[in-house]
Amino acid sequence: MSTTEAPAPAPAPSTSRQPGRAERIARRVTEANLAVVTVLAVVLGLFVGAILIVVTTGQSFGGVGRAYGALFAGSIFSPSAVGHAISTGHGWSAAFTPLSETFVAATPLIFAGLGVAVGFSTGVFNIGGQGQVIAGAICATYVGFGVDLPVWIHLPLVVAAGAAGGAVAGFIPGLLKARTGAHEVIVTIMLNYVFLYLLSYLLVTAPLQQPGQSNSISRTVPQSGRLPHLFSGGLRVNGGFLLALAAVAGVWWLMQRSTLGFRFRVIGSNPLAGRAAGMDAKMATILVLTLSGALVGLAGMSTLAGTDFFLSTGYGGANGFNAITVALLGRNKPQGVLLGALLFGALTAGGRYMQAHTGVPFDLTAVIQAVIVFFVATPALVQEIFRLRSAPGEKKILLFTKGWAG
Amino acid sequence: MSTASLAAPAAIVEGRLVSVSRVRGLGAFLVLLAAVAAVPLGLGTRAGVQAAFDFADPPAIDLGILHMPVRAVCVALGVVTALLGAWLLAGRQRRGTYLVFTAGVLLFLWAFLTWVARNNDLSFTQLLAETMVSATPLVYGSLSGVMCERAGVVNIAIEGQFLAGAFLGAMIGSATGVLWLGLVAGGLSGAVLGALLAFLALRYGADQIIVGVVIVAFCTGLTNFLTEQVLSNHQNLNAGATFGTWAIPGLARIPVLGPVLFHQNVFFYLAAVLLVVIHVGLFRTRWGLRVRAVGEHPRAAATVGIHVLRVRYRNVILGGVIAGIGGASFTVGSIGEFSAGMTAGLGYVALAAMIFGRWRPFGALSAALLFGFAVSLQSFLAVLGVNIPSPFLSMAPYVITIAVVAGLVGRVRPPGADGVPYSPE
Amino acid sequence: MRLELAGVTKRFGSLVANDHVDLTVEAGEIHCLLGENGAGKSTLMNVLFGLQRADEGEIRVDGAPVRFADPGDAIAHGIGMVHQHFMLVPVFTAADNVVLGFEPTRSGGFLDREKAREDIRRLSSEFGLEVDPDAVVEDLPVGLQQRVEILKALHRDANLLILDEPTAVLTPQETESLFAIMRGLKETGRSILFITHKLKEVLAVADRITVMRLGRVVGTTTPAGSGEHVLASMMVGRDVELVVHKDDAQPGSPVLQLEGLTVTDERGVTVIDAVDLEVRAGEIVALAGVQGNGQTELAEALLGLTQPSSGRILLDGKDITRATPREALRAGIAYIPEDRQAEGLVLDMSIADNLVLDVHDRPPFAHRGARDLTAVRESGEHKLQEFDIRARSAEVPVGTLSGGNQQKVVVARELSRPVRLLVASQPTRGLDVGSIEYVHRRIVEERDKGVAVLLVSSELDEILALGDRVAVMYRGAIVGVVPPTTGRDRIGLMMAGAGVPA
Repeated sequence: MSTTEAPAPAPAPSTSRQPGRAERIARRVTEANLAVVTVLAVVLGLFVGAILIVVTTGQSFGGVGRAYGALFAGSIFSPSAVGHAISTGHGWSAAFTPLSETFVAATPLIFAGLGVAVGFSTGVFNIGGQGQVIAGAICATYVGFGVDLPVWIHLPLVVAAGAAGGAVAGFIPGLLKARTGAHEVIVTIMLNYVFLYLLSYLLVTAPLQQPGQSNSISRTVPQSGRLPHLFSGGLRVNGGFLLALAAVAGVWWLMQRSTLGFRFRVIGSNPLAGRAAGMDAKMATILVLTLSGALVGLAGMSTLAGTDFFLSTGYGGANGFNAITVALLGRNKPQGVLLGALLFGALTAGGRYMQAHTGVPFDLTAVIQAVIVFFVATPALVQEIFRLRSAPGEKKILLFTKGWAG
Repeated sequence: MSTASLAAPAAIVEGRLVSVSRVRGLGAFLVLLAAVAAVPLGLGTRAGVQAAFDFADPPAIDLGILHMPVRAVCVALGVVTALLGAWLLAGRQRRGTYLVFTAGVLLFLWAFLTWVARNNDLSFTQLLAETMVSATPLVYGSLSGVMCERAGVVNIAIEGQFLAGAFLGAMIGSATGVLWLGLVAGGLSGAVLGALLAFLALRYGADQIIVGVVIVAFCTGLTNFLTEQVLSNHQNLNAGATFGTWAIPGLARIPVLGPVLFHQNVFFYLAAVLLVVIHVGLFRTRWGLRVRAVGEHPRAAATVGIHVLRVRYRNVILGGVIAGIGGASFTVGSIGEFSAGMTAGLGYVALAAMIFGRWRPFGALSAALLFGFAVSLQSFLAVLGVNIPSPFLSMAPYVITIAVVAGLVGRVRPPGADGVPYSPE
Repeated sequence: MRLELAGVTKRFGSLVANDHVDLTVEAGEIHCLLGENGAGKSTLMNVLFGLQRADEGEIRVDGAPVRFADPGDAIAHGIGMVHQHFMLVPVFTAADNVVLGFEPTRSGGFLDREKAREDIRRLSSEFGLEVDPDAVVEDLPVGLQQRVEILKALHRDANLLILDEPTAVLTPQETESLFAIMRGLKETGRSILFITHKLKEVLAVADRITVMRLGRVVGTTTPAGSGEHVLASMMVGRDVELVVHKDDAQPGSPVLQLEGLTVTDERGVTVIDAVDLEVRAGEIVALAGVQGNGQTELAEALLGLTQPSSGRILLDGKDITRATPREALRAGIAYIPEDRQAEGLVLDMSIADNLVLDVHDRPPFAHRGARDLTAVRESGEHKLQEFDIRARSAEVPVGTLSGGNQQKVVVARELSRPVRLLVASQPTRGLDVGSIEYVHRRIVEERDKGVAVLLVSSELDEILALGDRVAVMYRGAIVGVVPPTTGRDRIGLMMAGAGVPA
């Protein structure tokens, strides 16, 4: 990420007295800092969604209340289920199901969001998430049903295969960019379609196709290749979530503490200066796209080995694309990606519940997500709408990408 | 990082940077194609098998069926292609590289089509006419890109403008029963999205590629939502009517060219007009000179009193109109009904076409035709039952786009200020 | 035309770039605006040309107050500007650039290119500014690009011409002919506002001189009423030493040897043409030449940033022709790039990080791939002291520093390795006088420690002050190597391609 404005100079020291605690908090929540802008962006996203519901259903705002109530109940908790659990002492797993579903939906978004964020911080835009998710899932499936091993070897192999599949899918655009100058935005998008069609071919071909099936469905990963559930009682949240948390920590360490991450950031910010200091910009491009692809591949692995266990046409859905919005929402920081993924995971889990219980289509959440990211990408607009004060040191213009020439 | 060191000397060939190694690579590729043409296609076919090319397509004059010996034709074409490849491999001359390469690829395609037509009647005319139909939305998309990027704004939202144009085109066309209104509605929806992109990028300096991608996400979500929520409950809003074809009197009767160029629908003709108008406008008029100045060096434009942001707003919105009309061509211009995600990434392919065409309308046209040909060939092969799994045929246009971007285009030179925010102070 | 600025003030946040500036330019006058880098000259000109708006004050043209919302307004009032960084579209022809914004058209908005060519030919012959109207600007040498820029202003009937540091890209002879053109324009009654920091030029051409310092007008004088020393101390605010003190060089064995070095750029143009050059330990070889004659490419080739197509580069006798930048740095080359912001620094990273850009992966700054941030920070704080970098701490982003302090960061980094050869490319461009003195002193100190120095500069004063030998480049080739005592005029002719003096 680079900025066109140099960071603003530090504020002048206050003249008369130190402001009190309450006053400081009041200041913080009325200025256009990262947290305030993000929260207001979410509010605006929900507002646009509400308008859509009213316009398309002709219902009053009561309909919005029901839909958003379901969104909440499906993602955080449902008051009735919690009440039931408290009064009877039973049904605790039902009370925690919404949170569990949010974590399940967030898991692939964390992996994929990290992948995209790593790319952005090196000035590379990976829109190939869809293809890399599929590549990771295909490889994980092969290793999943293809070998018969004890779980402590089998599961790590499945995980590694997922990363490897995504890495290959990321390596291709990286190599092409470094060697021929082909822009990664075009190549990664094209690869999305290539992998989609590759998957649809493999699904009707041995050995991936489920024997005895004419449908496009793969064989199923056995128990030894699955990510274990974290809790008993049917909650679907699984080891993939813990792996994702580990990935957050790992990427943080890589970007902030390792020499490789330092090179990535230098190349991302000023490749010419990096080159003059002896860094290999082309190698960095190849490495970062490979790493980015590996992380996105893990997203495909995590859904496959965590909840789905078999492949079908168009596997991975919107996770690859949503990874971009998650990375933007998290401002390319691993911690931010985690929070962004949890938010979008909640929208996803809640959105499914909403569709099932109120009939409002799930796709509404995609609109809400897009609106949120619109505003996160233009903090100055949010600042104007809500008449916020400028935050000291906050960058007004966010640039993540470079033009075609980069 | 684009200042790559080139060990081998390079030269500008037909406006592109071509190194000797790239010329050799292209030559090697031609030799490979030649081998395919001569051995499996040519020698692999029994002697005496005839290919049949059908030249009887109304409204053109009937020329009957042309027969060719498959084996002899394929081997002969393979030999010529190999010679062209060898000339490139020698690598002495770089001038004319692309001409020779294009000729080689065309010869290979001739051989391939001859082989395909060995037991069937292949209508060459229909293949080309289908190519035009497939290429039309890409022409709109890449012209939209040209309009925006020549003024210095990256419009990666074309895919979203396609979707919105396709959706509104179908809905308004169906609701009013007036297809023209569908076309206009498509254009308007593109304009609104163009204005949104311009507003966020120019007023707030937001990252243009990011805003573009988010617009695509927004349009995808919104059209999916509305399809489910509105269209599925109101079939009358997605009735599927389409523009008919117009035969241009006289010209439509020319063999091959008539059905291909003069027997199409309004979207095709409009695209042709836009292509010429934008080309002439960009390179021959005051408007074009100023647009290009703004895209190359906005400060220089500003210092002679040109209003940079005004030019950018205008062009991005006009570009949106063009992409929106292109979107409408997906529904009212071809299959009528809207379905979720029907644009299948062609908005991005259009961008690749624009890059391949070096930000020039007719350059983009050549890439659009190439892609359109791949798509129509794929559907022909599927119908003819050629023994290639259909997913691979479907994949081919996208693989070709990658190959084109990586292998043929190389490093290109975009407008100097493409994607760079401009602030007057 | 008579131009008056009264009390013009322009602020950027807490910084006052122009503080109540008063300035009057009479009709038919060449008025010099003198000041060092950062004195506020460029900001003032941007305000005058409508590119920025003043916070206070008034501009009057022929006695009438005017307000310029954009450059179009300024042009309409007869003001033309030749920018220091040319405002030309590189891919356009000279003719298209000249007419841009004021295009002659036929009906329907079609460009009348024939009329554009004629206009240019007419202006060219009228003012002695020959340019091929159909040449693409990026293919023209900078001297000709400047002509296009001047023609552009004249094409709009400018009565007041602002020339912003126009001589930076010219040979002494070209400078002379520019002055002749300026005097010719003055004869026609036009006014010229000539912005510069070069004292000799001011004295040669000005009718009146206004000196700026730290955003304020220090005073107005005439060439007759002042000498170089007076002007210099007005400009800097203290007595300035106009010469660099250094002892005679004690050259040792050759450190850098170039043998027939040839570089072809990506467009197939030979940018370095069979260069033979030797730089010995303990000497400064100054590479003179008009910008764009291959000096930049030569420096980049030495560092391995571009690959030569033929010839050899030897460092201490070892062949490093094919070395990568990393290997070249390790071999003992230090490199001060000509554009510190574009190639030298990562502006949004901290000073400490920028100081270890080249050694970030070596002990003590990293161990087995993990960075040691404490070591980086401590080293950074230490370097702040050692190299007199003015900053609150080593943790602040380098982009917040002044130009002089940014350059000190680059110098500090490059001189912190064991150095055999120092390649300094335009090391004082855009710096204030204090920083210039500092950089010059450092370079001489390195020489005295036995380092071989290759100094690339387009400032002839700097070349003559620092160089122990002067190599002159023209169109990618070394025209000759002469002692710095060779006259300015002689070296100026060599910069235009003339051979070595007999």
